[in-house]
Amino acid sequence: MTISFRINGELKSVEVSDGNSPLLWAIRDGLNLKGTKFGCGMAACGACTLHVDGEAVRSCSYPVQMAEGKEITTIEGLSKDGQLHPVQQAWKEEIVPQCGYCQPGFMMATAAMLKEIPNPTDQDIDENIINVCRCATYYRMRKAIKRAAEINNQQSS
Amino acid sequence: MSENKTKKKGTKRRKFLKYAGSGLGLMIIGGWAMRNPIRRKLFQYGEKVILPYMGDTNPLIWLEITPTNNIILHSSKVEMGQGTFTGLAQLVAEELEVDIDRINVVHATTASGNVDQMSTGGSMSISGLWQPLRQLSAMMREMLRSEAAKKLNATIDKVELKSGVFTFGEKTLSFGEVVDGVSDWEIPDAPALKTKNFRYIGKPIPRVDLHDKVIGAPIFGIDAEYPEMLYGSVVRPKLIDATISDYDVSAAQSMPGVVKVVKEKDFVAVVARSQVEADNARKKIKVDYDKNNDWSLADIEAAITVGNGTRTLIQKEGKPLEDIDGDGEILELEFRSPIGAHAQMEPNGAVANYKDGKVDIKISTQVAKITRDEVAKALGIKTEDVNIISTYLGGGFGRRLHTPHAIQAALLSKAVGKPVKCFFDRIQEFQNDTFRPPSHHILKAKLAENGKLLGIEHHFASGDTLFNSALDPGVSSTVLRADIGSIRGGSIMYDGIPNHRAIYHHVTLPFATSFWRSLGLLCNTFAIESFLDEIALKSGLSPVDLRINNLTNDNPYSKRIKEVIQVCAEKAGYTDKVKEGRAMGIAASIDVGAPCAQVAEVSIINNKIKVHKVTAAFDCGIAVNPDQVRAQVEGCICMGISASMFEKMDLKDNELSPINYGAYQMALMKDTPEEIDIHLIQGADVPMAVGEPPLGPIGAAIGNAVRRLTGKRLTVLPMNLT
Repeated sequence: MTISFRINGELKSVEVSDGNSPLLWAIRDGLNLKGTKFGCGMAACGACTLHVDGEAVRSCSYPVQMAEGKEITTIEGLSKDGQLHPVQQAWKEEIVPQCGYCQPGFMMATAAMLKEIPNPTDQDIDENIINVCRCATYYRMRKAIKRAAEINNQQSS
Repeated sequence: MSENKTKKKGTKRRKFLKYAGSGLGLMIIGGWAMRNPIRRKLFQYGEKVILPYMGDTNPLIWLEITPTNNIILHSSKVEMGQGTFTGLAQLVAEELEVDIDRINVVHATTASGNVDQMSTGGSMSISGLWQPLRQLSAMMREMLRSEAAKKLNATIDKVELKSGVFTFGEKTLSFGEVVDGVSDWEIPDAPALKTKNFRYIGKPIPRVDLHDKVIGAPIFGIDAEYPEMLYGSVVRPKLIDATISDYDVSAAQSMPGVVKVVKEKDFVAVVARSQVEADNARKKIKVDYDKNNDWSLADIEAAITVGNGTRTLIQKEGKPLEDIDGDGEILELEFRSPIGAHAQMEPNGAVANYKDGKVDIKISTQVAKITRDEVAKALGIKTEDVNIISTYLGGGFGRRLHTPHAIQAALLSKAVGKPVKCFFDRIQEFQNDTFRPPSHHILKAKLAENGKLLGIEHHFASGDTLFNSALDPGVSSTVLRADIGSIRGGSIMYDGIPNHRAIYHHVTLPFATSFWRSLGLLCNTFAIESFLDEIALKSGLSPVDLRINNLTNDNPYSKRIKEVIQVCAEKAGYTDKVKEGRAMGIAASIDVGAPCAQVAEVSIINNKIKVHKVTAAFDCGIAVNPDQVRAQVEGCICMGISASMFEKMDLKDNELSPINYGAYQMALMKDTPEEIDIHLIQGADVPMAVGEPPLGPIGAAIGNAVRRLTGKRLTVLPMNLT
């Protein structure tokens, strides 16, 4: 079957034999956007986090057919017009990544959170950013999340 | 690759100054090592030695200069997050006299000839390449200068070099212009190296891979592809100590997308058009197991108990406790640590392209050479017909110190005549991990009536780390008796205690255990440093004074250990007193020559341990990139909190569990300290280990704080109060 959606601003279609198969693989292998990562296949680690209609979704456990007609953003589409998204910019300033594998998922989760909570407290961050990073870069991530909020505020003021 | 590059072999090879380490490899060969006093020397030495460079001494194999004045650094060490690529670029830029943004670090393929003879691991990449890579870069610089002089019609000493440009009078030549047309290079002796006024060494420059990792670039093994690639999924055992007796593949054959069900000598797999289809079909294969023995966690714990297995006295200073003269009190405490999973985020797997008796394999591995050799052997082809193309690793932590699944990908590619990508799923990762072995420790001490510590003994039992690993030359268990990975951090570092011993019991387990970041250091330091804290409480000394009093000034290591303890205690404002519901705990360790001390500030919230702040003092000698050293210390502290407060594997009816994240509890954002205060000390004039040593103290630092808060001594990892 064919599933169509808008991804990073472009209309795309993917061919799958099972509409219940995960959106993750349709994007990674069908559309060759490799920034969204496979971590667990059970929505337990968040490595595959992307946005569907602006909300953070764990795409390893999201049936591809549910994406029909929706608006998807992956890490590749987070930056606009060659300009890094404030979250990516903050991640760079704080030199967050180590191995880097889980980082797109964290950045996507953070970008979604900041839309809902522009100035997150530590508790907001603890409750909303629940992905797994085995290099345990959480300490710098927390700084980067706060820095991203700052950049956002500067840009919108 | 275009032809205009410096990818030509040099014509002459000259003397290359060897790094002044000695050959551990040579030392463990030969029967003379099979004597206990020599073994003990080796064990103590092995914890501190930096292995000598065993790579190629031709700069052209590492450094390639493009016509556009960029330098491609072909690294035989892989980047798994530890920041090695950045440190290596700094070393090269420093001696080659170029701007660092001109350097593009890539993984060397095995076909390039730059093949690491061992592995990326052991926290030895920067420390091991510190001298040789700077020498190679300096040699390259002089090779370029010599060619530049010819082209500028100048004598060599009149040609000046600054930021990648040679100048003679008014005339200039860029690196790209110098290399143009040169095919024969004269390789000089290694010139003298810079010792001060560094431009890059010691500077906190951003990681060279930062941008790629922020934009989600496809740099990992799982992102690799070949045109017309298919997807493989291999049946992997879900039971330990069991053999697969039979497969029924009939249901898999007819699943959608299946191209072929492949039965090889020691595995069965499905090749399909997509990852999902391959995995779905593989799950339809019925598997029968023959169990050899029944195993539960209790059986494993019973096996891993002091007294079992092969006993080796690994450290022997003075008398055993029972022979120490005079009255005194004997203290004794027992500790245990669990089976730990690697849980690296990128699963294992490989992408293989087999064609006409040759195979290219893209893979996240810490052992390119071993993987190449294993694939060649399994496929019956020459090693030069296997090219291992290393990618960035989505975490290593020791899990990729053996990557034989490359063989499976290669065989599947051969079987279907197309490139095949073949990866583990997460459940297979947990079921087939090469775990951190569990451990058991009995600590004993004799205290004189005045509180003086007369003697201490660490008796401990653990499983394989080096033994039976791919890095084991096959004779280690005979020659060494004690597994030098499992005993890391197991010796008593307090050389001022007149009598101190460490006795190790090696037990072989019915499932694979191997290298897990910092190896034995995590559990051994937890046990020893928790016990030291108990001795401090008993003798009425502060835990800082107890440690300082029992370190001599007789060797450089003791001095450096003392220094990190003193600095850490001072910076943390260490106190024995509980203040506003918070207490501090201190602990220290030394690993691969790098001492670290940590103070944890802890409270109890809803009967759970909360770590608020960790202060660390760390002496890794020269910090080539202080920011990345800090990143490693932060990572070690948070991963150490995870391992010592949350993580453990269970075993029931030969089935290991949990088999996914979440159920395998790990520290998350909410468990991360609010503050991590790191103090770097340079107590040596070379760079030393960074990626693992800071994992040592954290568990005991937390446990010691909890003891002060609650009066309760936590002796079992993961620590909890219920």
